[in-house]
Amino acid sequence: MAGLGRLCLLLALAVCAYGIGASLYGVRRGRVEFSESGRRSVYALAGILTVAFVILEIAFLRNDFAFNTVADTSSRTTPAFYRAAAVWSSQEGSLLLWAWLLSLWASLALFLTRKRMRDVAAYATAILLGFGGFFVSLMVFYATPFATTRPAPAEGVGLDPLLRFPTMMIHPPMLYSGYTLCTIPLAFGMGALLARRVDAEWIRAIRRFAFAAWLFLGIGILLGARWSYSELGWGGYWGWDAVENASLMPWLTGTAFLHSLMIQEKRGMLKVWNVSLVLATGTLAIMGTFLVRSGILNSIHAFGGATLGVPFVTLIGVLIAGSIYLVVSRRDMLRSEHRLDSLLSRESIFLANNLVLVGLCFVIFWGTYFPLISKALTGQEASVGPPWFDRYTVPLALVLVLLSGIGPVIAWRRATLANARRNFLAPVLVALLTLAVLLASGVQQKPFAIAMFCCGAFVFASIGQEFFRGVRARRAMANEAAPVALLALVRRNRRRYGGYIVHIGIAVLFIGVAASSSFQHASELGLSPGQSTRVGAYTVRYVRPTATVTPKYDAAHTGSTLSLGAVLDVTKHGHHVATLLPSEGYYASQEASQGSVGSLIGGQPVSHVALDGGVTRDVWTAIEPDIETPALQRIVKIGNRTLPPEDAVVAIGYLARAYLQHPPQAQFHFIVSPLVMWIWIGGLIVFGGGLIAIWPAPSAVRRRVSMRSRARAAHGLARA
Amino acid sequence: MNPARKRTVRLVVALSAAVVLASALIYTSFSAASPALSPTQLVHEAQPGRSYQLTGTVVQGSVHREGAVLHFGVEDRVGGTTIPLDYTGTVPDPFREGREVIVTVEKQGDQFVGERDSLITKCPSKYKTAPPSEKQNS
Repeated sequence: MAGLGRLCLLLALAVCAYGIGASLYGVRRGRVEFSESGRRSVYALAGILTVAFVILEIAFLRNDFAFNTVADTSSRTTPAFYRAAAVWSSQEGSLLLWAWLLSLWASLALFLTRKRMRDVAAYATAILLGFGGFFVSLMVFYATPFATTRPAPAEGVGLDPLLRFPTMMIHPPMLYSGYTLCTIPLAFGMGALLARRVDAEWIRAIRRFAFAAWLFLGIGILLGARWSYSELGWGGYWGWDAVENASLMPWLTGTAFLHSLMIQEKRGMLKVWNVSLVLATGTLAIMGTFLVRSGILNSIHAFGGATLGVPFVTLIGVLIAGSIYLVVSRRDMLRSEHRLDSLLSRESIFLANNLVLVGLCFVIFWGTYFPLISKALTGQEASVGPPWFDRYTVPLALVLVLLSGIGPVIAWRRATLANARRNFLAPVLVALLTLAVLLASGVQQKPFAIAMFCCGAFVFASIGQEFFRGVRARRAMANEAAPVALLALVRRNRRRYGGYIVHIGIAVLFIGVAASSSFQHASELGLSPGQSTRVGAYTVRYVRPTATVTPKYDAAHTGSTLSLGAVLDVTKHGHHVATLLPSEGYYASQEASQGSVGSLIGGQPVSHVALDGGVTRDVWTAIEPDIETPALQRIVKIGNRTLPPEDAVVAIGYLARAYLQHPPQAQFHFIVSPLVMWIWIGGLIVFGGGLIAIWPAPSAVRRRVSMRSRARAAHGLARA
Repeated sequence: MNPARKRTVRLVVALSAAVVLASALIYTSFSAASPALSPTQLVHEAQPGRSYQLTGTVVQGSVHREGAVLHFGVEDRVGGTTIPLDYTGTVPDPFREGREVIVTVEKQGDQFVGERDSLITKCPSKYKTAPPSEKQNS
């Protein structure tokens, strides 16, 4: 099987090389059949990589430890669900996932554009196959997923317990889909520049892919935040970590592009800016992929002296140099057809939004790469922390949310005073009312949070007003009931109203972020059974300890050998609110030096957070039990001395019983944060709005079908 | 003012604003940054009241807890200087003796104190270069 996998990779490399040659020859010499053949090699690549991916997936599910990646990231005690997800937890497997997703998305993009822009598409094919070839050659020459060891080890190391969390199944595929989709606009943008066809057509062709990239990347980021919040024992969802930042940067430039492309479509302006944004987004996506694998920056996600630095730096260098060369050499073709008429117009608001987004991206870029910058400039590696990021990103985020309420309602070209009054009177009043209510209700004086709430209210009002007016107009025209009119309105203008829904979701999300980060209560302390403490308005009592043994009975289904936890009773003003069961899972390690019993629990311990989520607040709890007490250590020592590995699990039962009988003081971490759930709800709203916007409009499908039938009829007539 | 001139003025204003903002950003990043140091460098270079990013390995047998305070020692990757630390706040799951950590520290008197919640543990099992299966074989 591994041999077949290796063969697939070699074949994939050959297909990439052939496809690049064929597309370039075809477009240069005007030989359409070669460009066609180049496009088909992308489909072939997708087929070959699908086979390779399936082979690796089967190896994981069958516990084939002859595969080095399987032995390193999976084990028999890893539950089947997590074995399936373990494929992309290793460097090699994640490279394969990247290349595979790239081939699938590229096939889809090239299939949908097969009848249009043949020259641009041919260049795009060559560029996409170039990326494909790059990742396949990394797998052939640097980190092959199909390396084997004979004889196969009897047991594997197991999936890192930190990654045993349900979203592990979808977070990496989503994020990688976002990253790979970012390269499609890049390929078509470069293709348009190379073919010297920089009209709005290429933008129209890739618009949907740019949107999909943005959507997938956004969901991937949010799922990562959710994982951080409910699996890592620190209770936060964003830490300005280098790898988090790396995924946020292309998302920001992608957001900017999705807005400014509308100006190019409508007014033929900002061509240089748009094509630069597309190229920057693709390059940032590659840099994001690179950051995880290079080990050049300190991050909780990316470690071990990875070896892929040189090839990636070369690729990024080529991308940046190529982009600059193309934009500069084609600048004459990229002249604007119009000029900005007024600073009070939708164009200029979009432009402002673009500047804020790119500014945010620059701040994050500078902060993320600061260790490298400072080392290069001063010889001393230094880094900036979350307070530095917050200082710039918080005000910029405020402006961004405010603009997301202004943009949709302000007029194109030039807004008049009457127009402004008509559109902004109600939203401004709602925002002021919100401010007055917040101040009167005695909310803690946190200026940025209060400003964010007011901006959010402004967005809800301005977009609500748009929906209201649209529905009213339809009702007047078609005499429909309000819900029917609303549905018809959204269905007929999917992109516009889907976009509005996205704006609402973003405002909801930011309100959640502002509230949860500004008005949070946290407490960290040691408690013994029976003791209690106050966190904000809540009282948490440590009722009694809990313990489960063997992977079979592990309550969290992650395959831990021993799990120690607590029953916590949460009350508010004497009323019962929730019973929470946080625990810490202990996993087996492969280190024989820890002894027969010690190695059963010697792996990395992982917190299983328990939280009571609510629409107004989350009560979040984590426990760190003390397993190093003399009594427990004595059991481990005696077990190590007297029990052979096959019987060692007996001692785990004794450990659990001893812990329950004489529970030592345990360390707890409690957090009460308001409105956290709205971050996830906001994300879902964005997702829903995004799907509406991305879905092909029925009229467009009909138009295409009718055009095709018309063409067929004309063809038939010509032959008759 | 004629439109061309107006546009130039606008462009100059916008560009100068961008330059001012970028310089502020760059200036504050240098003043707010904490240098990354190894234990040996920290002993020689640390000044009281400034924060540093200490990178090193947790010393075997040095970890013990006293209430909310976690005590542990950090040494150079190849051994040598050891810095004892008092740390409060979140301890990441992968934290243990022998692992590489990054923690923001400040010198208070003769003592080094870890900044709250700043402890990061390098995760050795992710993307490692020499998998144990190869080692078993060799």
